[in-house]
Amino acid sequence: MNAQLQPTGSAYFIAKETEKPERHTLSVLVDNEPGVLARVIGLFSGRGYNIESLTVSETEHERHLSRITIVTSGTRHVLEQIKNQLERIVPVHRVVDLTVRAGELSNGSPLERELALVKVTGKGDDRVEALRLADAFRAKVIDANVEHFIFEITGKGSKIDQFIAIMKPLGLSEVCRTGVAAMNRGPQGM
Amino acid sequence: MTKPKEDAAGREMTGAEMVVQALKDNGVEHIFGYPGGAVLPIYDELFQQEDVQHILVRHEQGAGHAAEGYARSTGKPGVMLVTSGPGATNAVTPLQDALMDSIPLVCLTGQVPTTLIGSDAFQECDTVGITRPCTKHNWLVKDVNELAATLHEAFHVATTGRPGPVVVDIPKDVQFARGTYVSPQSAPRTSYQPKVQGDLDKIKAAVAMMASAKKPIFYTGGGVVNAGPEASHLLRELVDLTGFPITSTLMGLGAYPASGKNWVGMLGMHGSYEANMAMHDCDVMICIGARFDDRITGRLNAFSPNSRKIHIDIDPSSLNKNVPVDIAIIGDAGRVLEDMVRLWRATAQTDKKLLYPWWEQIARWRARDSFAFKMNNDVIMPQYAIQRLYELTKDMDTYITTEVGQHQMWAAQHYGFEKPNRWMTSGGLGTMGYGLPAALGVQIAHPDALVIDIAGDASVQMTMQEMSCAVQYEAPIKIFILNNQYMGMVRQWQQLLHGNRLSHSYTEAMPDFVKLAEAYGGHGIRCEKPGDLDDAIREMIAVKKPVLFDCRVANLANCFPMIPSGKAHNEMLLPDEATDEAVANAIDAKGRELV
Repeated sequence: MNAQLQPTGSAYFIAKETEKPERHTLSVLVDNEPGVLARVIGLFSGRGYNIESLTVSETEHERHLSRITIVTSGTRHVLEQIKNQLERIVPVHRVVDLTVRAGELSNGSPLERELALVKVTGKGDDRVEALRLADAFRAKVIDANVEHFIFEITGKGSKIDQFIAIMKPLGLSEVCRTGVAAMNRGPQGM
Repeated sequence: MTKPKEDAAGREMTGAEMVVQALKDNGVEHIFGYPGGAVLPIYDELFQQEDVQHILVRHEQGAGHAAEGYARSTGKPGVMLVTSGPGATNAVTPLQDALMDSIPLVCLTGQVPTTLIGSDAFQECDTVGITRPCTKHNWLVKDVNELAATLHEAFHVATTGRPGPVVVDIPKDVQFARGTYVSPQSAPRTSYQPKVQGDLDKIKAAVAMMASAKKPIFYTGGGVVNAGPEASHLLRELVDLTGFPITSTLMGLGAYPASGKNWVGMLGMHGSYEANMAMHDCDVMICIGARFDDRITGRLNAFSPNSRKIHIDIDPSSLNKNVPVDIAIIGDAGRVLEDMVRLWRATAQTDKKLLYPWWEQIARWRARDSFAFKMNNDVIMPQYAIQRLYELTKDMDTYITTEVGQHQMWAAQHYGFEKPNRWMTSGGLGTMGYGLPAALGVQIAHPDALVIDIAGDASVQMTMQEMSCAVQYEAPIKIFILNNQYMGMVRQWQQLLHGNRLSHSYTEAMPDFVKLAEAYGGHGIRCEKPGDLDDAIREMIAVKKPVLFDCRVANLANCFPMIPSGKAHNEMLLPDEATDEAVANAIDAKGRELV
């Protein structure tokens, strides 16, 4: 009953959302079969939900299970719907809203990490500066010649944002990011 | 002769043989389909057996709606078989229709050979891609050894939990390939486990809340029908035990009999005044197998403002979706009703006299007679036509289907449904052209029953070709067309919202339905005068052939009562108040700008 609605001449009732959206991280355990990712993504686009980040990979080879991590935003009500709609998909085993779960466990917020490969091209002082800063960010050099470095960096999304911003003036030429991998603190499993 | 199931399991056979064997093993007796290049091996197998009867439609959309009608009138899954490419794309409308109305529909599609997939081959389309959002689940089978298990799983998914449509896409080379058949008993996947038994603590709380109600109402939907005849039986028992009034959505009509003493009529946009007012003013609402659709609730922030709400649904995503509820119970309507009846008997014997003031209030609303219309001795009023049809068919073994529009709402208002599974209509998607093929499907399932499609002149022309199919299979469906020469509901909305500018809602070149019926090999009847109507309907019933009944009705009748858009349940437009001026001003100027 929180939505404000105006009378319209339309066949539908158009609601104005007043509640603030929240950012949540969901873990979705699915059968690793053709089309499963399309089902998940199609659900988000078809029902107008947001995806800020999405990662997927097989996590249990013998059982053919993949874990999808989705960062999304919406009101509490929309987030509840997203979880319920995901659970309706036949090859979906479990959906855990890590953000809600972290709250239940009094664990603050879920642990989130991302990996990025960052290519920086340049010569002279810029090159030295890039290497020095990479060291400060604990980025590893995984490829280099006299004109470039490729750094591998892991961390929170904000740390990677910052690293990329700093590299920009030093000859940033290519970035590749994995998206968020996440789980909750503590001994409990998903 | 059906062979014992054990014989087939473990046997080596072709993919096409597996399809037919899986149909038999899943109890399928009829399928609706249309052949084409990519399903020829399956058609060849169908030709060589007699257990599964194939009904040849004239368009794949017809196959889908026929299978839906078959499913809804029997409680069994409907099955359709179509070819690749256009065969599959033509199936999309019935698939979405079945998804929105929760109808178990198994659609088998042919596909180009696996080696050609992705090459833009002749009659290729991405069937699983196209049908992904309009099915409960779908499969592309690339290995013949997975075909049998996939087919069984498809039937399982379509018929369990919240029922729905599924697609199995079978490339032509897989139909030819040989592999090992497995029986339906093979273990289902672990990720799909619908919850059918309701949480007993929540049911206890719900029964306690119901026992405390002064102004309760049951609001039931298609979920009760889908839960099987036993669920409807239990619903009737619970209504009798509690003495509460009951209303239903369009999809739920018949679960509680229209002649039952607690019945207050359908609710929603064109529902009865008493049902909508009771929904608005109730203190406890018990929603069973319905989903608070926008046609039901009216303006959401004015929907039943002072009630505590109980919602029972098998689909967790339906709970708290549009309307927040106080007690949400996930489970099969039948199972939960069983618990409720038991608990009510054990704990909640209340004095029905406490409900007298509520029933008196409902009687005052009912006295408004919201389905009333002005009779006319020269022109047939559409409501009168439905009433006469009802009176002349109610004692027979009758099934009713409809198309979509005014006639559909009039049928829901003026035809009384006494049993579940007798009313087949496209509720969620609102598919014009649904009713004629659906009637065909119903007639195939119930060859001796009287099956009537209450149709509109515009809708019926969308799938008219299936008359040919009805004639071929001697399915004596009766197509009762309320012919007002308009797309009546479109015209009504244009009158309400667009200054009565009737843009393209008039059919200038109407076919002669009597000649059309005869051209198909059916029987045509035209009726223009109210005095001739009864005899004409009797003639329609007596003819043992498909009938097109051209019932010429008042051209500009509007369907009332109506909750205008953006209004609440207690702001209904009633027929006696619906002057031209009131109709023109029902939706304010600000509202109209937002269209």
